[in-house]
Amino acid sequence: MLQVDVSKQLGEFSIEASFASEGRVTGLFGASGAGKTSLINIIAGLLRPDRGIITIDGETLDDTAAHIHVPVHRRRIGYVFQDARLFPHLDVRQNLDYGRRMNRLAEDPAARKRVIDLLDIGNLMDRRPGRLSGGERHRVALGRALLSQPRLLLLDEPLGSLDEQRKEEILPYLVRLRDEAGIPMVYVSHDAPEMRQLATRIVMLRRGRVAAFGGTEVLPLAASPA
Amino acid sequence: MFDISPTEWTAIQLSLRVATVATLVATPLGIAVAWLLARREFWGKSVADAVIHLPLVLPPVVTGYLLLLTFGRRGLVGAWLADHLGIVFAFRWTGAALACGIMSFPLLVRPIRLSIEAVDQRLEQAAGTLGAAPWRVFLTVTLPLALPGVVGGMVLGFAKAIGEFGATITFVSNIPGETQTISSAIYSLIQTPDGDTAALRLVVVSILIAMAALMASEWFARRATQRLHGN
Repeated sequence: MLQVDVSKQLGEFSIEASFASEGRVTGLFGASGAGKTSLINIIAGLLRPDRGIITIDGETLDDTAAHIHVPVHRRRIGYVFQDARLFPHLDVRQNLDYGRRMNRLAEDPAARKRVIDLLDIGNLMDRRPGRLSGGERHRVALGRALLSQPRLLLLDEPLGSLDEQRKEEILPYLVRLRDEAGIPMVYVSHDAPEMRQLATRIVMLRRGRVAAFGGTEVLPLAASPA
Repeated sequence: MFDISPTEWTAIQLSLRVATVATLVATPLGIAVAWLLARREFWGKSVADAVIHLPLVLPPVVTGYLLLLTFGRRGLVGAWLADHLGIVFAFRWTGAALACGIMSFPLLVRPIRLSIEAVDQRLEQAAGTLGAAPWRVFLTVTLPLALPGVVGGMVLGFAKAIGEFGATITFVSNIPGETQTISSAIYSLIQTPDGDTAALRLVVVSILIAMAALMASEWFARRATQRLHGN
């Protein structure tokens, strides 16, 4: 269970968001500029809230009143960025192993093989990110986050920078991930049909505030939000 | 003409030793300073930046004299180091290395700083979300990506250290076998009636060393850049 109740001033813009979600995939939905990325950066620990609390399964990650702010590298929250952010000096294999090495986790060949098969990236292992297509890069980024064994996975518009054809290429992997990996996810998007396919709970953001919360029925029928 | 005398060999070896030690000791420090200047805001940062660049613009004889006042046998730091740790810089080759290290420091730091500034901080954030503590982010992401700049800085620093003259001769004098580097040997030879040929030999040697250093760094930087840009 993810519990968020935070506020943060970012220049002229402010975020005041409060929700608690038990869904397998919590969709953060809203127009660009609604504060979706800032909100998951706060959850990830990349941004520090001015006030409020964040807890995962009862464990406190942020509590400004008690001066608690768990640093990003100790949160065990995986993050798949919109721009993939693979390490250019490491090949795919080293990118995938990075989280395991940094968390000093034991090697788990079976789990590793599962993720590699799930994402279909076994044939890319010796390549460097510069030699991957956009879709391949996103799959590797997804695998890298999964293999760090996070307790929550944040996905920031993982399809946002891809064209329609590539979106169709990645979407099935995300659905499989939701159904097979068993890691709760927070999925950020401004695309209602995409949300409908993936999310189980929706947090609708508008100008930094939670405008609606519920099942996929709170999504607008039009393709893009107002 | 190409018959290098023992004294000249000694000067060449000493120059290489002084410049190598100066560069190797200054590099870790230079990386730390470059990182601080590139990534941290702190009180007095612009003053620190100016002090580091001072040897570049001060007359070398001034830097040498300040070193003598500070690290000389009776200097504030020099006396303490000699009495407590038995380390003496004055009129020793180690003093030449200290002078060269300080004179070349700004040239060493600058390319490293620029290359650290050029490292995409979003990659560092990604490393953090994968569980890397800040110092491991630095070692596994920032430093490898800044490597071409580190090598560039080391070569520039080394070349400057090989050629350093003013501060070195002021601080540790020109003692054959102890502090007489290629530069100070050339200086002495030019002032000797029959020294022209020997001076010319050392000039050729210093040109060769400089060329070799530049070509090595060019080769290394090309390789590093290829590696980084993902092919």
